[in-house]
Amino acid sequence: MSAFSAIGDPEEAEEDEFTPGIEPQPTWCPGCGDFAVNNALKKAMANLGKNPDEVLLCTGIGCSGKLNSYFESYGFHTIHGRSLPVARAAKLANPGVEVVAAGGDGDGYGIGGNHFMHTARENHDMTYIVFNNEIFGLTKGQTSPTSPKGHKSKTQPSGSAKDPVRPLSLSLASGASYVARTAAVNPNQAAEIIAEAVEHDGFAHIDFLTQCPTWNKDARQYVPYTDVQDSDDYDFDVTNRQEAGEMMYEVESKLYEGEVLTGRFYKDDRPSYGQEKRSTGEMPEEPLAERYYDEDAEWERCAEQLIDKHT
Amino acid sequence: MTDQELIWRIAGGSGDGIDSNSRYFAKALMRSGLDVFTHRHYPSRIRGGHTYVEVRAAPDGAASRGDGYNFLLALGDSFARNPSEEAYYGNEELKPLSENLDDLREGGIIVYDSGLIDDEQVAEINLEERAEENGWHVYPVDLRGIAKEHGREIMRNNAGIGVTAALLDMDTSEYEGIMDEMWNDDILEANLAVIQDGFERAQEFDQTHDLEMPDHGEPEEAQALVSGSDAIAYGALDAGCRFIAGYPMTPWTDVFTIMSQNLPKFGGISEQVEDEIAAASLALGASHAGVKSMSGSSGGGFALMSEPLGLAEMSETPVVLVEAMRAGPSTGMPTKPEQADLEHVLYTSQGDSSRVVFAPGDQQECYEQIRTAFELAYDYQIPAILVYDQKLQGELRNVDASFFDREADGDPGSVVSEEEIAEAAEHHAGKFKRFQYDADDGKEGVSPRSVPGQKGGRFLATGNEHNEAGHISEDPTNRVLQMDRRLGKLESIREELDAKGNQTHHGPDEAEYGIMCWGSHQGTVFEAVDRLNDAGRSVKAIGVSDLMPYPEAEVSEFLESVEECLVVEMNATAQFRGLTQKELGRFGPKLSSLLKYNGNPFEPAEIVEGFESSIDGEELAVNNMKYVPAAGD
Ligand SMILES: Cc1ncc(C[n+]2csc(CCOP(=O)(O)OP(=O)(O)O)c2C)c(N)n1
Ligand code: SF4
Repeated sequence: MSAFSAIGDPEEAEEDEFTPGIEPQPTWCPGCGDFAVNNALKKAMANLGKNPDEVLLCTGIGCSGKLNSYFESYGFHTIHGRSLPVARAAKLANPGVEVVAAGGDGDGYGIGGNHFMHTARENHDMTYIVFNNEIFGLTKGQTSPTSPKGHKSKTQPSGSAKDPVRPLSLSLASGASYVARTAAVNPNQAAEIIAEAVEHDGFAHIDFLTQCPTWNKDARQYVPYTDVQDSDDYDFDVTNRQEAGEMMYEVESKLYEGEVLTGRFYKDDRPSYGQEKRSTGEMPEEPLAERYYDEDAEWERCAEQLIDKHT
Repeated sequence: MTDQELIWRIAGGSGDGIDSNSRYFAKALMRSGLDVFTHRHYPSRIRGGHTYVEVRAAPDGAASRGDGYNFLLALGDSFARNPSEEAYYGNEELKPLSENLDDLREGGIIVYDSGLIDDEQVAEINLEERAEENGWHVYPVDLRGIAKEHGREIMRNNAGIGVTAALLDMDTSEYEGIMDEMWNDDILEANLAVIQDGFERAQEFDQTHDLEMPDHGEPEEAQALVSGSDAIAYGALDAGCRFIAGYPMTPWTDVFTIMSQNLPKFGGISEQVEDEIAAASLALGASHAGVKSMSGSSGGGFALMSEPLGLAEMSETPVVLVEAMRAGPSTGMPTKPEQADLEHVLYTSQGDSSRVVFAPGDQQECYEQIRTAFELAYDYQIPAILVYDQKLQGELRNVDASFFDREADGDPGSVVSEEEIAEAAEHHAGKFKRFQYDADDGKEGVSPRSVPGQKGGRFLATGNEHNEAGHISEDPTNRVLQMDRRLGKLESIREELDAKGNQTHHGPDEAEYGIMCWGSHQGTVFEAVDRLNDAGRSVKAIGVSDLMPYPEAEVSEFLESVEECLVVEMNATAQFRGLTQKELGRFGPKLSSLLKYNGNPFEPAEIVEGFESSIDGEELAVNNMKYVPAAGD
C-alpha cells in the first residue's frame, strides 16, 4: 500500500468535506471578502474531485492567512510573506500532493515580493491566491502595496505618494505561466478560475479582489465587474504574451478608476519547474517523499559513492 | 607529537592553483603513510593578493596546523604580472615571499619563483641578511620558465612540487599517481614533465639544509582526506537527508556546494534560492511533506533564518541547519575564522525558543554529529543546528576511510503510518491530533506526526500557538500544556546525548588544571595539553560539542576535578565561558579565558603560552591574544 493513499482518491469529493467540523468559527468580520475565497476554493476542489487529504494549503500571515483554519485540508500556516517558499518545496518533495498557497497583498506583494517574483520565474506547479483588499487587514488598516496613490491611513496620514504595484504585470514579467484576476463579488467566476488554476501545470497566480469593509470602505473593487472573456469589447489572445501584457496594463489602470475587469489574462503551456528539473536529472522521477516508506528503496551510502575521491 | 615533521607552505595569488596543488600534495603524503593536516589562509578576493596553504605531515598524528612552518614554496603572485608579459596589475608579485617570512622557523627552506620575483625585489626585503640570521636555506628557481617551456605558466606550482621533492629527497610517484587520476593525456604529460624538470633543476643545488621527509611506513589502512565540510555533507547524506536549500555565503557555501553536487546522485534535490529566508522556508516545506531536509548559512544569512527557525520550533517541523561562522559583526571578515556566533545560534528567534545545537571539534565529529542532529530533529520534531567555523570548514585531515562506511538512515523519524493514523485518537473537528499533549511513544513531549497525502492525517501546522489539532488557540490552559510539552523535549534529548558521549576528553584524568574548548580548535588544544604535560604541567582538556541542551553533569564533573580551568575560544567576549557559567550557575571563580579574534586560528604554542601566563598570573607576551581572568579576580 502506498504511504500516501489519499493522493488521487476521489472518494471524499464533496464540497463540505473541505469544511472543518464544529470549530473554529471564522474570526473574519461580517461582509469580509475572505469568505468568498474560502467558498470558491472549496467549490473548486470539490468540483475537481480532490480529497482534502491530498491537498496542502500554505498560507502567510494576515486575515487572509487564516484561510487555513476554515478550509479543511493539510495545512501550513507559515510566517508573514513566506507561504511560497514553503509551498514550492513541499511540491518538489511530493509532486503528488496538490499544493495551494494563499496570502494577502501585503503578504504576497510586500514582504514576500521577492519570493513571488522567483516562484513565478521558476514556474513551480502550484496555485497562488492573493487576497487583494488593497489594505493591511490584520494589523488594522495600514497602507498596502496595492493601496491607490494618495490613500490615507494611520501610517501615511498625508496620503501615499507611491504608485501601487501592478500584480498582474509583475506576475507576467516574472514568468508566471497562468495569470488571472477574479473578485469576491463573482463567486461563480472565482470557483471556475481557481479550478482552472489548480489544473494548470505550472505557476498559476490569481489576484483575488476581496473587500475589507472594516478598514477599506473606499476601495472601488466592490462594484460590479466585467469578465473580459465574455465581453466583446476585450478581444485578446490569452496565450499571447504581448496581448496579455497590454490587457493587464489596461486592467490595472482601470481598477483605480472604478472599472473592475477580471478573467484569465495569460496562459502558457511551458513545462513546470518540476518537469524541467526532472528532465535535467536534478530531481528524481518518483516522488521523493515516497522513498522513506518504500521498503525496497535502496539507500546509497557515501562510502560507496564518494570516498574514492578522497582516498 | 614528534620533532619530525614537515610543515610545507605554498604561497601565491588567489587563482594560482594553490588550493588544488596543496590538496594533491597532502594526499600524496597521506598515501605514503603520513598523517596530514592542512590550513588555508586567503583574503576575500577572487584573483591575486596573498594566499597560502600549509600542509603539515607527521608520522603519528597531525591534529592542528602546528606552530610556524619549515618549508616555503613562494610562487609569486602571477596575477600581478599576467596574462601577458607587458600587462602589469600591481606590485604584489613579491608578497608570497615577503609576507610569509615571519612564521618561518629557524633552519627552514625557502624556494621562490625567480621567474616572477627578481633580484632587485629580493634585495629590497633584505632576504639574504634575514636568511643568515635565521639559518634559512634559500633556493631561487625559475618555476615560471620551466612551466612555460612545457606550454602553460599555470603549471608553475607543479614545478615547485618537483623542487620540493628533490630538496626533501621525496619519491614523486604518489604525487604523479594523483595527477594521473586527475588529468588526461596531454595535460598529464606536460605536468609530469614540469615536475621532472623541477626535480632535476633542484638536484643541481648544493643541499645545505637538513630538513627531510618525516619517517613513514606503509599506511595501515586506506585513509580519506576530508574537510569539515566534506564530513558534514557526507554525514547528512548518510543520515538520509535528501533535500537542501541554500543561498551562497562564505564559508557555508562549501557544504551547500558539496551537497548540491552529490544530492542528485542520491536521488535527492538541491535548490539554490533567492535568499536565506526562502532557503530555510523551503527546508521546512520539504520536511513538512516528509523528506529529511536541511539548510544553512553563515552569520548574516543565518540572521535571516531566525523567523523560519522559530516557525520550525512552533510548528514542530524537523529541520537541520548548519551555521558556518566567520568573523563578524555584520559581514565582518568573510574569509577569516571566528567563534563569535555562539549566542546568535543559541538564542536567535523570538519567544522561549529552544533547539538542539552541536559544535563538532574535528572531521569525525562533523560526520557523527550531523547524523545525530538529523536523528534527534526527526525523532523529536525540533530544529537542530550544527555550528562550525571557517577553520574547520576548509581544513583537510586524514581519517580512516572505513569510518565513513556506514548504512544510510532512511527512517523518517516520528512519522506514523496510515494504519496508525486510522487507530489514533481523533479530534472532534475531524482532524488528526497532531499535537497531542499526552502521546506516549517513550520520548518526552513527542506527538505523532503525519505528512500530506496520508489518508486521515490532515492537520494544521502553524507558527501561532495552537491546540492538539493544530487550530490557532489562545486558551491559557492549552498554552501551558503545549509550551511545557515542547520545552520538555530537551530533557529526553539530554538523556540520549549523555548516552552518546559527544564530549571529548584529553590528558590524564587526575590532572590538576583544565582547559575547555568548543568546536574547531579542539585538536590544537589537545596538542598544547600534550606539550604542557611533557613539560611537567598537569593538565587535561575537554572539547564540548553539545551546546544545547548543555552537558551539565559531564562538564560539572570535569570542573569539580580541576583547580582552575582556562576556556579557550576564538571570540572577544568569552561567549562559551558565559554559557558555561549560565548553565552551571557556579564555577565562575575557576574559569578564566584565553581569547583570540584577530582572524587567525590559535597555534598550539600560543595556547601553551596562554596557559602558562594564566597560571603564573603574568601578562600575556603575545599581543594578538587576550587573557580574561576569572570572575571575582
Ligand atoms: C515579519 C512580520 N512583520 C510584520 C508582521 C505583522 N503583520 C501581520 S499581518 C500583516 C499585514 C497583513 O496584510 P495583508 O497581507 O494585506 O493581509 P490581510 O490581513 O489584509 O488579509 C502584518 C504587517 C508579522 N506578522 N511579521
Ligand atoms: S479586517 Fe478586513 S480583511 Fe480582516 S477580516 Fe475584517 S474585513 Fe476581512
